[in-house]
Amino acid sequence: MAALRDLPTGLSRTARARRRALGALAAGACLLIIRPARATPEELAAALRETFGTRLITPGRVKLELPKLAENGAVVPVTVVVDSPMTDRDYVKSIHLFAEKNPLPRILDVHLGPHNGKARVASRIRISDSQQITAVAVLSDGTLWSAAVQVEVTVTGCGL
Amino acid sequence: MSMLGAARVRVPERAKRGEVIEIRAMIEHPMESGFRLNNVGKPIPRQIVESFVCTYAGGEIFRATLHPAVSTNPYFLFYTVATQSGELVFTWKDDSGSVATHVARIDVSD
Repeated sequence: MAALRDLPTGLSRTARARRRALGALAAGACLLIIRPARATPEELAAALRETFGTRLITPGRVKLELPKLAENGAVVPVTVVVDSPMTDRDYVKSIHLFAEKNPLPRILDVHLGPHNGKARVASRIRISDSQQITAVAVLSDGTLWSAAVQVEVTVTGCGL
Repeated sequence: MSMLGAARVRVPERAKRGEVIEIRAMIEHPMESGFRLNNVGKPIPRQIVESFVCTYAGGEIFRATLHPAVSTNPYFLFYTVATQSGELVFTWKDDSGSVATHVARIDVSD
């Protein structure tokens, strides 16, 4: 913008107006691109509410394994382990992954049961920018448990 | 045209009854998020695998709902208890309606 103010003398009024218009256009284009780039904490809260209602989510019993530093945000290995015996009476029903700053807060939902024998799931996800990733596990007794991990991303997921 | 490519699945060929076995499944798919722009600045239409289901001897053992934040060539690792000899059927569906399946067999002994 500073360049616009220091216009060389001798430019016609129309040329100045054109430059100003171009500057405004460029600013507008930036806004347009920024808008879909990330979810807001409100959108994350809304996604959690939509999925779990007003049920209490307690930190604990979930281990979320993610690299502290992800070089490539497009492919980040993730493992979720839930402290559960996985018996017919006490098992993990589902695991849900959420992002704070991705374009959409939901990442992945998986459904399990006692037949899985082990409450451990791994996948590969996209993390658009340095942010906190949250895992929530729904247990057969109706309780909800969570873990959150901060991930720093060096090459942001422009290819997200 | 289906974006679903080759599936790569790893299931043990043999297991003891009651043993917890590890299963890995991956399918080739671009997982186009819908948030990327092409070289003229237009959004590239979203095309993602929306669901992945694994059944074992006819019963569902694993089901996933995928969102655009799952990486290209979606990959899953999970476990199941080896209960009987039979087939594991892996099914992927993408949002264009394409379906891909892969079948693996396991022999379970006492």
